[in-house]
Amino acid sequence: MQVLLVDDEEELVTALAERLSLRGIEALWATSAEEALRFLERRSFDLAVLDVKIPKIDGLQLKKQMQAMRPGMKFIFVTGHGSDRDFQTGVAEVGADYYLVKPLKIEDLIAKMKEVLES
Amino acid sequence: MNIQDAQVGLGGIQFFGKMAASISHEIKNVLAIINENAGLLEDICFMAERGKPIDPARLKRLSGSVKDQIRRADHIMTVMNRFAHSVDEASVSIDVSEVVELLVSLSARFVAMRGVVLEVGKSAGPVAITTCPFALLNLLWLCLDYVLTVVGPGKAIELLAEKTGDGVWFRFCKLDNMETGAAPPFPAEREIALGQALHAQILRDPAAGEVRVLLAQRRDA
Repeated sequence: MQVLLVDDEEELVTALAERLSLRGIEALWATSAEEALRFLERRSFDLAVLDVKIPKIDGLQLKKQMQAMRPGMKFIFVTGHGSDRDFQTGVAEVGADYYLVKPLKIEDLIAKMKEVLES
Repeated sequence: MNIQDAQVGLGGIQFFGKMAASISHEIKNVLAIINENAGLLEDICFMAERGKPIDPARLKRLSGSVKDQIRRADHIMTVMNRFAHSVDEASVSIDVSEVVELLVSLSARFVAMRGVVLEVGKSAGPVAITTCPFALLNLLWLCLDYVLTVVGPGKAIELLAEKTGDGVWFRFCKLDNMETGAAPPFPAEREIALGQALHAQILRDPAAGEVRVLLAQRRDA
């Protein structure tokens, strides 16, 4: 499984990428939309894990751009939204099956990755 | 309660809620980073139990990262606390540079999300004015929100606070494309209502590339 993590919190994506790699998942990371799109110009990924809110562009817009470049790619959205209401809003925006709330449990993330790739 | 008071009151609650939601989002990010670092420490312990030696430098980096995030969270909560206390008094003498600093801290995430750099111009010295700190923060936030919409990503803007007579000018400067950029009407009802409540004038000056707020000293203080 090859995964691209996109979040403007660099310390978060670097730690998460390392934890995923320890579990046999190749994970690269980007801290901006521009960086993520540059990755996709060079190579493909099975899956991207996107923060809903990243500078200059929202995650949904970035997803559209990434999908245009790599149509087969799958996506999981991650957010820091805290409340049930915020969560429901996010679910309505991006779809319940592809949405996780920070802080993440690595087991939940990996389970969701497998589920999304098998869907 | 008249319509203007209602607008100011409801707008104030919306402003408070928006800032509180942003702060909770920031704290969630801090917790997420600490969570991943703790997870990495667990992974390292797990591997050590199976014979892989632990690299002390690695542990130092991880504990340093956790400490950095605790400092970050402490700063966020300090800002939240100052913001919460801005509602304590309806009229009080304040140093405007402190209000500007608080506004910049509160809005940092919004500014970054819009891809804009907000710089604070140096003031000649402390400038005191008697006003309602929370209402002033709300008005300056509405101006900043408008300014961020106008300038668009990739721009650097400046905020200055200058003494004039017995009042203060707050100037949002370097707004290059005010005349060409698509933007909502400004000042709108909420800005006007707040401006009247604060005895402040709000000026949009596309030729100079500025939005200015002239805040007069409160005479009822």
